[in-house]
Amino acid sequence: MSGMHQTGVAGDAGSRIHRLDPRAKIVGLAGITLVAVSTPPQLWPVLAACALALTAIAAVGRVGPGVIWTRARVVLPLVVFVGVFVPFVRGGEQVDLGPVAVSREGLTTFFAVSSKALIGTVSAVLLGATTSFPDVLHGLERMRAPRLLTLIAAFMYRYLFVITDEARRMRVALSSRGYRPRHALQVAALGRVATALFLRTFERGERVYVAMLARGYTGTTPRLRALAFGRADVLFLAALVAALVPLRVVA
Amino acid sequence: MSCAIEARGLRFRYPNGVTGLDGVDLSIRHGERVAVLGPNGAGKTTLMLHLNGLLAGEGSLSVAGVDVRRGDTRALRARVGLVFQDPDDQLFMPTVGEDVAFGPLNLGLTPEDTTARVDAALATVRMAHVADRAPHQLSLGQRRRVAIATVLAMDPQLLVLDEPSASLDPRSRRELLEMLARLEHTMLLVTHDLPFAAQLCERAVVLSAGRIVADGPCLDILQDEGLLAAHDLELPMGFDAGRLEVAAAA
Repeated sequence: MSGMHQTGVAGDAGSRIHRLDPRAKIVGLAGITLVAVSTPPQLWPVLAACALALTAIAAVGRVGPGVIWTRARVVLPLVVFVGVFVPFVRGGEQVDLGPVAVSREGLTTFFAVSSKALIGTVSAVLLGATTSFPDVLHGLERMRAPRLLTLIAAFMYRYLFVITDEARRMRVALSSRGYRPRHALQVAALGRVATALFLRTFERGERVYVAMLARGYTGTTPRLRALAFGRADVLFLAALVAALVPLRVVA
Repeated sequence: MSCAIEARGLRFRYPNGVTGLDGVDLSIRHGERVAVLGPNGAGKTTLMLHLNGLLAGEGSLSVAGVDVRRGDTRALRARVGLVFQDPDDQLFMPTVGEDVAFGPLNLGLTPEDTTARVDAALATVRMAHVADRAPHQLSLGQRRRVAIATVLAMDPQLLVLDEPSASLDPRSRRELLEMLARLEHTMLLVTHDLPFAAQLCERAVVLSAGRIVADGPCLDILQDEGLLAAHDLELPMGFDAGRLEVAAAA
């Protein structure tokens, strides 16, 4: 796997969007999502403006539609799957759509749910594509997110690969000894694998902690690189506010 | 030169009753490279954890002039660098560079000084090109070298390595050996890999059941078949420590 993939960054890593302070991107993209979800579906121009803002960010960061689609499809189908039934089950005025008739109110709800889900998901995808995971955590940390949560997320990011590797090796070891569950009782072996994996992970946690202590850990993780909130970051946020807030308030 | 390590009657018993150390007397001079050999469960790792104040037993132990029990742990951990066997335990930060910076920053160094230390440490282990990579993207040999860099960046006086050659392919093992041979630190090498110890250390001690049972020139110890057999140590088939001695003298 390439280095870019591992940190989650995609597009042009040197672009203006990529170089923004992670805090600006967290606030900006969360802001777009917030404006979108708080907008009633009748005010579609606001939603269109949010979509436009996201498109502009993606364009400047050179994050292609392929990347956005690959990452968004993890969440989106679920939301759309739930939303797609609404027009069929809602009552009220019916709209004739060829062979079926659907509820007008239901259609509006479907539009609202899916457009908001799309904007929220794409915002998150863009944050991940323009900011490495460690930087997102660093930004959250500086925004006073609970230290324990960012620490857990950082360790998860570091050890996820180690633990999935371990799990994969254990699975290979199981199947190399002819394990092919044919009925429910044989699944018990998987439970034991899970237990073994848990114990190994727990022991690793202790060893990592000892290794941290050995290098003078005292409870806080100092950072080498301080984040700098500069003019570009202020401009980025100001542009978003100027584009979305008046429209949302007026509408 | 001052003593790097001075242990007298060091004893340690784990909470579950297992004896880790049973009266260890050991003195290691500044600048020496000493191999700590011994079977599994002999207390090698327990001894290593004592050197950094991570475990504290009875008896006296001073390391690099600091009394381990009474001294300042932060100063102690700055002077003693422990390199653990599994680099995945040691490398826990998202990128190699941040990981190497972890120790110096904990010592209270400024970001500028830390950056200089990180660059120098990674250059010493020839891993400067991976500073921005994540540890899981590196091979085991590379991770082990980076793990050594994380400790070198703290500028320790004593370097303690736990099984540094374990599970390395022959080439990574040789590269690691060459890199370690260039370091001028006082070094304690905890290992099962007797040829590795023979090539790096002039002196060896054998730790068995929590005691030092032999202490002398590394090659002499490796040629004492009775001693090795009595403590479950074995040279690889066909390895002749005597010939290594001839080579060293030449």
